[in-house]
Amino acid sequence: MNAVVEAFQRAQAEGRRAVIPYLTAGFPSPEAFLTHAERLAEEADLFEVGLPFSDPLGDGPVIQRASERALLQGVRTREVLRLVEALAGRTRAPLLLMTYLNPVLAYGLERFFQDFAAAGVRGVILPDLPPDEGPEVAEAAKAAGLATVFLLAPTSTDRRIATVLRHTTGFVYTVSVTGVTGARDRLPEELGTLIARIKAKTTLPVAVGFGISGRATASQAARAGADGVVVGSALIRALEEGQDPLSVLRAVREGARL
Amino acid sequence: MEGFRFLDFPVPDERGRFGPYGGRYVPETLIPALEELAAAFEEARRDPEFLATYRAYLRDYAGRPTPLYYAERLTEELGGAKVYLKREDLAHTGAHKINNTLGQALLARRMGKKRVIAETGAGQHGVSVATVAAMFGLEAVIYMGEEDVRRQALNVFRMELLGAKVVPVASGTRTLKDATNEAIRDWVTNVRTTFYILGSVVGPHPYPRMVRDFQSVIGQEIRAQLLEKEGREVPDAVIACVGGGSNAIGAFAPFAYAEPRPRLIGVEAAGEGLKTGRHAASIAAGKRGVLHGSYMYLLQDEDGQIAPAHSVSAGLDYPGVGPEHSYLADEGLAEYAAVTDEEALSGFRLLAKTEGIIPALESAHAVAYAAKVVPAMPRDAVVVINVSGRGDKDVAEVKRILEERA
Repeated sequence: MNAVVEAFQRAQAEGRRAVIPYLTAGFPSPEAFLTHAERLAEEADLFEVGLPFSDPLGDGPVIQRASERALLQGVRTREVLRLVEALAGRTRAPLLLMTYLNPVLAYGLERFFQDFAAAGVRGVILPDLPPDEGPEVAEAAKAAGLATVFLLAPTSTDRRIATVLRHTTGFVYTVSVTGVTGARDRLPEELGTLIARIKAKTTLPVAVGFGISGRATASQAARAGADGVVVGSALIRALEEGQDPLSVLRAVREGARL
Repeated sequence: MEGFRFLDFPVPDERGRFGPYGGRYVPETLIPALEELAAAFEEARRDPEFLATYRAYLRDYAGRPTPLYYAERLTEELGGAKVYLKREDLAHTGAHKINNTLGQALLARRMGKKRVIAETGAGQHGVSVATVAAMFGLEAVIYMGEEDVRRQALNVFRMELLGAKVVPVASGTRTLKDATNEAIRDWVTNVRTTFYILGSVVGPHPYPRMVRDFQSVIGQEIRAQLLEKEGREVPDAVIACVGGGSNAIGAFAPFAYAEPRPRLIGVEAAGEGLKTGRHAASIAAGKRGVLHGSYMYLLQDEDGQIAPAHSVSAGLDYPGVGPEHSYLADEGLAEYAAVTDEEALSGFRLLAKTEGIIPALESAHAVAYAAKVVPAMPRDAVVVINVSGRGDKDVAEVKRILEERA
């Protein structure tokens, strides 16, 4: 069993849903990222780090802005490796790396996953890679000892669910809405049906992301049957507005308990 | 001439691969929609009624076939091969884009989608989408980079006049690349009700194939018209500009996989020069990678971040080139060259002065490259330049550039 699945089980044993905060590496600055990430990871079960990409077509305006700002400060693959390594030394929460496919290909598939695994990453999320498009990518990640996480969406057919699950070893990242990342006031009612359809086919943990903004949405995801929740845009927006992202995370934790 | 047919080409395979290129690198949310689209297109291209309807709109609405015109004065001026111009600039809306938008709008209607979205660079594709949306009574939303909104104000007005909503995109480089990101984000969000009319031979499968199939009317007509005029279907060379590459694929495809094969020359935008880094020549100076759902040649830095493209022509200002062009280049089935902004401006003036035809700045790249290679070709050789669009939209920008220099 891998560290990612174990983190979900530990949360479950404590009667909680896993809480997974996300920050874009290098936002608002490399050092401030480390400070915030460490504080957030302290109260999290897993922690997701985004490697910024110039064309994040799965992301809404908040993460787009964070990515642009990180890139403007020169935060590229090598700097993210450094930040991840530093963060891994400061937290016990398993780290997940999220990025788009092109930076991975440019760095070299095998080397990319090996170097990030060596830096302390435990799992990888690639939002623009349906796993059957590039089975060699998931294989390279697994060979480096990383858990693989792929996305499923409200539009996913049972056949797509089966295909995606075949390549997944970490958890199932369930996209709550048809849409891009971004905080929302509430999640669609059909979320429970989607989670049930996925759970009928796997024993892997199912986490819900996109739209988790605080207590209410986290609670909605928990009641819909999620084993974990991912919160990203709401944390970054708090940082943009000079608020403490930890209070957002605590609200999400509260909600995810119900 | 019997008219357009859906031809069977050897690529892509059923997964949308042109050799290693192409594919479907998009968020999972879109995969079922792309599967549905591919199936609907497959069904439509086998349906005689769909074909008849598409042909009728090409003829009666778009004004096809467009002429294949013997450019006598340009031929004299260049002093080499006989030059023909494929007059896509005479198609309705002033560019080849209508071939594709009519096809996709008919498909949208067939699939029961009432809302269409699109990205646009120069605005030619956007105008074309707004046009067919008006004609078919569909709601249209067009994404356009802020920088292009500024450069192509007239096209923005045309789209609005046609009833479309134009959304300026302020992220990234504020050009076609970012407009495409935003259109994909819209589609991810509204996938159940919306048809995405992609304008070039890029994007996830089935777009590169579908757009190629619709645009192949250009090459099919060239074959038939050349047979009439020269007694031969196949010229010695076909020259077309390449941004994403839809007009070039349309002109090339009916020649690329058959014998005898003419020289197929795609002309990329070298911008201020390949060495300056300010250009849009993905094949000449790019590396393979994934953007907008497809594996293809891309302009990118060593970390895989997409590099900004530059061209005097907004329609070529794109940091990638379609997967089929990437494949044709690797296989040596087509050759690719690049001309600078400066050379394109000369091509622009050359065609205006010798033939009374003001080409789009995009098409002026093909004219400029023809001016380089035609003089060295024998007089009995035949060259076809695809004049993909007309230059009215560029006149103000060219005036500004020329005045700046004066």
